[in-house]
Amino acid sequence: MIKGKFIDNLPKIYGIYTGGFLVFIILMSIAEQAGMSKELIGIFFVSFTVLIYALIGWLSRTLQSDAYYVAGRQVPTVFNGMATAADWMSGASFVAMAGGIYFKGYGYMALLVGWTGGYVLVAALLAPYLRKFGCYTVPDFIGTRYGGNLARFCAVLVLTLASFTYVTAQINATGRIASVALDIPFNIAVYVGLASILMCSMLGGMRAVTWTQVAQYIVLIIAYLLPVFWISSNIGAGFFPHFMLADEVARIAELEGQFGFVKNSAADMATVPKGLAQITKAHSEVNATPWAFISLAICMMAGTASLPHVMMRYFTTPSVRTARRSVGWSLFFIFLLYSSAPMLATLSKISLMDPNLATGIIGKSIAEVQALDWYQNWNQAKLMFVSDFNGNGTLELNEFFMKGDAVVLATPEIAGLPYVISGLVAAGGMAAAMSTADGLVLAISNALSHDIYYKIINPKAETAKRLIVARILLVLIGFAGATIAALEINDILGSVIWAFDFAMSGLFFPLVLGVWWKRANAAGAVAGMLLGLGSGTAYLVWVKWYAGEGFLGITTNTFGLVGASVSLVAMIVVSLITEAPDSATQKMVDDVRVPSGKTILGKQ
Amino acid sequence: MSKQEQHWEKTRGLLFITLAIWFVFSIGIFLFGAEMQESSIKPFGYPLTYWFTCQGSLAIFVILIFWFAGRQEKIDDEFGFTEREGDQ
Repeated sequence: MIKGKFIDNLPKIYGIYTGGFLVFIILMSIAEQAGMSKELIGIFFVSFTVLIYALIGWLSRTLQSDAYYVAGRQVPTVFNGMATAADWMSGASFVAMAGGIYFKGYGYMALLVGWTGGYVLVAALLAPYLRKFGCYTVPDFIGTRYGGNLARFCAVLVLTLASFTYVTAQINATGRIASVALDIPFNIAVYVGLASILMCSMLGGMRAVTWTQVAQYIVLIIAYLLPVFWISSNIGAGFFPHFMLADEVARIAELEGQFGFVKNSAADMATVPKGLAQITKAHSEVNATPWAFISLAICMMAGTASLPHVMMRYFTTPSVRTARRSVGWSLFFIFLLYSSAPMLATLSKISLMDPNLATGIIGKSIAEVQALDWYQNWNQAKLMFVSDFNGNGTLELNEFFMKGDAVVLATPEIAGLPYVISGLVAAGGMAAAMSTADGLVLAISNALSHDIYYKIINPKAETAKRLIVARILLVLIGFAGATIAALEINDILGSVIWAFDFAMSGLFFPLVLGVWWKRANAAGAVAGMLLGLGSGTAYLVWVKWYAGEGFLGITTNTFGLVGASVSLVAMIVVSLITEAPDSATQKMVDDVRVPSGKTILGKQ
Repeated sequence: MSKQEQHWEKTRGLLFITLAIWFVFSIGIFLFGAEMQESSIKPFGYPLTYWFTCQGSLAIFVILIFWFAGRQEKIDDEFGFTEREGDQ
């Protein structure tokens, strides 16, 4: 397939792909009717989609550095938007977000606002300028703008720490989904997940990741939206849930008042499997202080604008103008899923809680619930649990326990949808986790191979050698991530939030001021990165492991506020007491601010 | 003032407007989360704060970025700084 021709035919190719996928879903549902087992359906869904991604990865193989690092800078606006959306929406967004909303309500919604609002910062402050710069990686920008290997090295350090925190969570998620869908032990499933991730990225780098991410976006958005719309019509809530669930939200509030939030005793809770929770917070009430909400939103927004795996997607567009528009498309595609997550949480809750619905279990007898087919399945998977604490034989709201992930994974089954939908959801979760993991692993290995190996260690290396090094690093980082993921240290979302705080601590101001403040110099940037990252990390360690009290209500989820503040002050003070950047650097910043003309690095 | 300085001044002006709108819908309104929730304004019947966290703010960000991109393109055009074929 000729490259130019491929780009021209994108809508057609992905149109056929989407149609093919829909036909596949229909075939599977026919197979289900004909008696195909649940296990087999799950295996078909996950392995079929993963094989398609691997095929795209293989077709996109390349030996050119431009294609490997920035997909030849020819990804059209809308497709880059889809790829970014898949890159962005991780296993956490897909599997855990609706669950978070389900259990934590308003306080958790700060993440939705933060993870979307951050794109305004990306569009206005950074993406078009970094595109004009013409860099391969984010540290490439830092290193060239500020000059010197030290600044470059510090940027790689922050990038690696933030992205690595994030990637272990993603590999963990691929492993968990693969283990459920393929019915294999988790510590083997992690490496199956890793192998799928590497198949998509190793041969073609950014080019392969781009075209697999578009394919993954299509799978994950169908997998997320289809059940939401289906359940909504099924329970008679309306055919377009986003605009029609107000009655259900009000009904949940009414039922919450009726059932009450009974607190279980510690002795009772000790019998509940770890990680499972009951509903303790009102669905739609404002249950967090303004500062708790806003501080978390700020961290997620600044973190979004500093995470290199997102930023580097905008290096692949043909121009500055398309980079800017592409940010808008990215957020549009993200919005489709994010605005559906609260709807899914609402539908899931009403299905379980409302005694008027056939699916409602609260108020039924414990024995009846325990006999339910889906309950037995998810109980076995350690995602659900019931226990008759008060001994009245009836299931109360405080006697039903679920893991957050179950909201997405189990709701289709609870709401009585055919199993084929559950298989689809597993494939969607796999796509979401894989696409993000690919972006992250590539961001790290590209930074190490381009910025550390090529720019610092061996500037004379030939392209072929550089690309071999890049691929070896890719595999090594993947394995390191999988090894840590197999240890299951943190739950999926915990480490995802930390990644944003790390990135924000070290990179936000060095990136933004690099474009918006000419006076910023290398010494300032190095101080900003190191002191920002150092202070943020110190605060996290202090509060998390040394039982520190913290200050200003800053928690282990918002420690980026400490890091970024220190980073800003350090960067300004150190820049001002050291020499201003030379005239060549100032000229470079001027050129970055204008869309026309050659890219900065293209000139050198 | 050179053409480039004027261009940058306008770009900066647009940035401040964009960030102001962004600030209102990502931070500003959530200072009054509890008050807004009680409001009688109910988009699609949802409580107001709940609606903003589910859809409102998110949709406004999408529109804001496209609006910002359009305005910035106009500024670039005005000063003749729009990219041409073969600029890369």
